[in-house]
Amino acid sequence: MSGWEVFLQQLIIGLSNGMIIALIALGYTMVYGIIELINFAHGDLFMLGSFLALTIVGACGSLPVPLVLLLLLLLTPLFSGGLNWLVDRLAYRHLRASTKLAPLVSAIGVSFIFLNIGLLWGGVPMNVFGLGKAAAAPKDFPVLVSNNNLLSSANVQFTAKDALVFVVTIPLMIALTWFVKRTRAGKAMRAVAQDQTAAKLMGINVDRVIGQTFLIGGGLAGVASVVFSLYNNTIYFQMGYRAGMDAFTAAVLGGIGSLPGAVLGGLCIGLARACSDQYIATRWTNVFVFSILVLVLVFRPSGILGSKHREKV
Amino acid sequence: MTKLKFHWAFLLVAAIVPAVAPRFADLMRPIFIMAILALGLNILTGFTGILNLGVAAFMGIGAYTYAILTCDIYPFQLGFWGATGATVLIGLLAGLALGLPTIRLRGDYLAIVTLGFGEIVQDSLKNMDVITKGTQGINPLPSPSHIYWLLLGFLAVVVLLNRNLQHSRIGRAWIAIREDELAASCMGINPMKTKLIAFSLGAAQCALAGALWASYLGSSGEPGNYDFQVSIIALCIVIVGGMGSIAGVLLGALVVMGFNTIVLETLTNFLKAHQLIASNNVFTAPGNWKYMLFGLALILMMRFRPEGLLPSKQTKAELHPPEPPAR
Repeated sequence: MSGWEVFLQQLIIGLSNGMIIALIALGYTMVYGIIELINFAHGDLFMLGSFLALTIVGACGSLPVPLVLLLLLLLTPLFSGGLNWLVDRLAYRHLRASTKLAPLVSAIGVSFIFLNIGLLWGGVPMNVFGLGKAAAAPKDFPVLVSNNNLLSSANVQFTAKDALVFVVTIPLMIALTWFVKRTRAGKAMRAVAQDQTAAKLMGINVDRVIGQTFLIGGGLAGVASVVFSLYNNTIYFQMGYRAGMDAFTAAVLGGIGSLPGAVLGGLCIGLARACSDQYIATRWTNVFVFSILVLVLVFRPSGILGSKHREKV
Repeated sequence: MTKLKFHWAFLLVAAIVPAVAPRFADLMRPIFIMAILALGLNILTGFTGILNLGVAAFMGIGAYTYAILTCDIYPFQLGFWGATGATVLIGLLAGLALGLPTIRLRGDYLAIVTLGFGEIVQDSLKNMDVITKGTQGINPLPSPSHIYWLLLGFLAVVVLLNRNLQHSRIGRAWIAIREDELAASCMGINPMKTKLIAFSLGAAQCALAGALWASYLGSSGEPGNYDFQVSIIALCIVIVGGMGSIAGVLLGALVVMGFNTIVLETLTNFLKAHQLIASNNVFTAPGNWKYMLFGLALILMMRFRPEGLLPSKQTKAELHPPEPPAR
């Protein structure tokens, strides 16, 4: 295996993981862009999506695989998007006029609740959850998409799973860009992000637009959880924290509030993780990623694509 | 209104607990340590308005420094007082080292940097197993005698120190910065310097909590003991009690830690005694609902009582402005 082949392999792994991170990062960046809230519960929302995906797979039993995939990609985003919207409606909406710390602390509380739901969900007496024994243990996600190499090379693996990641995520990102740039609802979203008061004066229902943002961000996290589960085949109730941190790092790296920035940041973090695993050491990868985060924030707090923020009087 | 402030009442009651209810004395020790940690965070988040999500890292640094300085497998082998003093100094320097490059960042970004710092410290402690012994932790450490009185004494000193700091020139500068950084700097306060002092003093207190924790455990503990959860528990204590209120933080420590160790444990034991917990059913064990209750408490708190249980007068007035007098 030549050095180039090793690098190419890491590139594929890094980009596939990076696309998943990017999907989660989009949810962070959209919510931050519109109400300046670091949505701490987003990673755990992603985790709950994976648990729903596993439940669906368990309930579907022996249905044909393409049908199961379709169901997963329809129901999971609907669930996570709806849940995210509901949380905004019940918790954050009441805190809009409050201090900036209040919604953040509320989000930490929501993240705790999600974490707890994940733990209890793992104890559901279903076959796929190990009949409810050892609720906290990692769960095996069935291999629905094959691991077979699509390339003829023996040293570089590009599997059907990698293909799935790109087939699902790239059109989704294009659709999101179109939605935000071209539709009326997307325009309203950008207006609210720029200036809430002015948007309200123009007749935009600000609360509804914020709700939509939570819905779409959560839906993207739901797609990410399906793709992640199919790609990695293991899920556990504490995985939301790690995934959320990576995604948040990605969002900050790309410039928080910027959609292309989140995707770019996600790819960078995916590649950085893969290269660190290969060339440094797996156990130092987290330190490496967080060092990137700290360095970016210290030297270029607006990220790669973010706009400069000036403290207002 | 009574003249006796809650924090003095707390310390007085804590001083008679060992004589009245020795069983509770054991449970009180972690509460004292967490109160010191939360008071360290309170300097940052409560007084100065800087959100820090990585205080556990400073606690971990403190615990490991203390362990390395006292354990007999290392050449230092200082006594309790020497090691604790050195640990506080290291904590001060660690706070300064993190604060110097990052203190310019605005609110949320600084919070994320502290969070990232917490993860870096925790993973580094785990990975540098030549020095830190990895997940085993450094042990055994010599255990000081009269640990209950030692912890209570430290807590009393920290409370006194924080109270005096709060009312000193620097404390008033912190609060001014929390209220309006721009206005404060117009009044001649140097925001960077003032925030940096808060950062290092807070870090030093958290390191002290770490040193006390290690001496209480008789071990540095494992790196996982100083993870994000601990930082969040400290934040919960400050928020539930009342940001910027020393009495509030003590009450918060009592409520949050007490819920964790006393209420949940008693309930679990009660249910076990009546055979209501099925070992193969996660839903029946109260411990499995802990985070749910914790999260709900935070959300409801933010919704209905954002100033905390025992708020400082200032915060209370700010969040519930008095009705203007009728004309």
